[in-house]
Amino acid sequence: MDGSHRQLTIALAGNPNAGKTTLFNSLTGLKQKIANYPGVTVERKEGPWQLNGKAANLIDLPGLYSLEATSLDEQIARQVIVGEQAGIAKPDVIVAVVDSTNLERNLYLVTQLFEFGIPVVIALTMMDVFEKQKHQIDVEMLSTLLKTPVVPVTAKTARGRDELAGKVLAAVGTKPEIPYEYEEAAPNSGPHGKIFARYNFISRVVQESVWHDDHEKHRVSERIDRVLTHKFFGLAILVGVLLLVFQAIFSWAQLPMQLLESVFGALQDLSRTALPPGILSDLISDGMIAGVGGVVVFLPQILLLFLFISILEDSGYMARAAFLMDKLMSRVGLHGKAFLPLMSSFACAIPGIMATRTIESRRDRFATILIAPLMSCSARLPVYTLMIATFFAGRTLFGFISMGAVLMLAMYALGIMMAVIAAFVLKRTVLKAPPPPFVMELPPYRVPNIRTVLQNMLTRAWLFLKRAGTVILAISIILWALTYFPRYQAPTDAATISSELTQGSTAVTQPVAPTPESEQIKHSFAGQLGHAIEPVIRPLGFDWKIGVALIASFAAREVLVSTLSIIYNVGKDEDAQSETLVSAVRDAKKDDGITPAWTPLTALTLMVFFVLAMQCMSTLAVVRRETNSWRWPMFMFGYMTALAYVGALITYQGGKALGFE
Amino acid sequence: MLVNAMDSSIAQTNVIKLNELPVGSSARVVSVTGTGRVTQRLMEMGIIPGIGVKVVKAAPFGDPIEVRLRGYSLAMRRNEAEAIEVTC
Repeated sequence: MDGSHRQLTIALAGNPNAGKTTLFNSLTGLKQKIANYPGVTVERKEGPWQLNGKAANLIDLPGLYSLEATSLDEQIARQVIVGEQAGIAKPDVIVAVVDSTNLERNLYLVTQLFEFGIPVVIALTMMDVFEKQKHQIDVEMLSTLLKTPVVPVTAKTARGRDELAGKVLAAVGTKPEIPYEYEEAAPNSGPHGKIFARYNFISRVVQESVWHDDHEKHRVSERIDRVLTHKFFGLAILVGVLLLVFQAIFSWAQLPMQLLESVFGALQDLSRTALPPGILSDLISDGMIAGVGGVVVFLPQILLLFLFISILEDSGYMARAAFLMDKLMSRVGLHGKAFLPLMSSFACAIPGIMATRTIESRRDRFATILIAPLMSCSARLPVYTLMIATFFAGRTLFGFISMGAVLMLAMYALGIMMAVIAAFVLKRTVLKAPPPPFVMELPPYRVPNIRTVLQNMLTRAWLFLKRAGTVILAISIILWALTYFPRYQAPTDAATISSELTQGSTAVTQPVAPTPESEQIKHSFAGQLGHAIEPVIRPLGFDWKIGVALIASFAAREVLVSTLSIIYNVGKDEDAQSETLVSAVRDAKKDDGITPAWTPLTALTLMVFFVLAMQCMSTLAVVRRETNSWRWPMFMFGYMTALAYVGALITYQGGKALGFE
Repeated sequence: MLVNAMDSSIAQTNVIKLNELPVGSSARVVSVTGTGRVTQRLMEMGIIPGIGVKVVKAAPFGDPIEVRLRGYSLAMRRNEAEAIEVTC
């Protein structure tokens, strides 16, 4: 063997749900690297594996049922195996993960792997489950019939890991034997003759090496499914599970979120006192720390969401959810697997978008990603809350249903409705494609592996922080600069001050005198931009001050509230529920000093705008990563902004026409 | 591999499509028609002439259906099941 110091390359292949990821995690620890293969959206996972002292690069190929190269995943995997994938050396050994409870189908892929001339070692997983079902595999016999080493592995214990390493090392440099021969296919066996041939071989192998094809575990899963996929109860339970998950995310995230807020607040104070006052200090505390903090504060929610998604996926319930919802989703042109990502987007679109990886068809996946932000996420809540508290508090419909609740529901419904329409349109135009196969395995239920779940959660959250973080930092600085420059010099002469007081819309009805911050914002680039776009937003019922807040909120939705606080001189820290902000908004006047800047209709229009607009840099950053180009985030931004504008326009003008003012 | 030797022993009289098979019944696959991705996918997952399949249930809105074969469960839409011809 040459190059004993050369690093080995080992590829890990296997069916989805076969325990491949768990094995990969246990062999590489948390040191894995996740990226995309260049130019495509297939995930590339690699990690270091120490084989009894020898270093190797372990590549986790995408989960596959076959290597015929008809889907993108299969093509990429093929390229990696033959050594044609840029940046990855041709594998020295392929470790084939085979689920012992699903032997026949798992072996199909293995028969294809034999044909690449690379030694194969089989890692047999789920042995504990298999043995509990009182089956027996004659591992020796299996190995002999397949002419390849077979190593049982259990993820929970370290069983088999050393043996696997040993067999892999021994296999390096050997030439594999194909254990079967293709007799000339019978003339009428058709284009699928090879598939039959493989399965026939597999059937014989399994027959000779497995005893008692019992279905104990299947019976348990079947009994569970009788309830969980029941025609009526199944759906009810699905709704229940979702409500539970969201409730948990909301309540459990509150405390950590508050903690994070205070940490970042403290950091801001610290940087202000530590640094000499001036641009740098403001840049760091108000630009960078505030900007990044505004996003990091969502980390608890995102972590929890990923946690629940992992658990649902690992336990097998996700497949059932897709099964239950597919009919509804396919009517709109979406895949059943789009259901959970879309539902998750109600908390935050970011984990939802990352969860679309389970959708195999690229176009279906992109369609789902593009409509995910229309599911009203939790960042919109402060905005809804403020609008409702200001103009709709205490009002009821039919005497007992609170107007606020009705409006909230209406906003959510609007989002869903537009998402459905958007999906429909997208699938007919930009993302038109023949419907891909739905055919999806319903794996038996199993208790999720805690380590895998936690590792998955941490890896994804870290990815979010890294990727979104850099973009957000950049844009936070830009936005801070827009509100910071040009520097406004407060006039010291009394006459100018009083004329400023009456000229600006900060007239006598304002509860508080103008603050330096509000004056600064008014005269900054952002303020000028607000003035500049005023003609555009006037048909929506907004004035330039609302325009400034709108511009700022394109970074992150909840920024609207804090920006309004500043503009109306209420103070930096007021939130959507503060009485002073609420009354400030109610009393705010337009530039003439008389007409109210806000009416119930304006408030409603703003809410509609927020339902439909793309106002989240983090989401755009994640979409960029998941689609591997800037084209899609820009398209998303474009179509949603247009949608928001038109929606708000219709709301405001329609409302005026109907007589509401 | 003389695959078709198996087919000749199956009575060809009672051939229906899998999407027509009533929930709860089992059957043997006679053939998988079509040449597209769906057909290939179904076969690669193990649905080939000669094996036994059972329609376990249908989803609440009637679609998709859950089919049991080779010891595991597969969900597919009815229009995909149409490609599979079975006899019971």
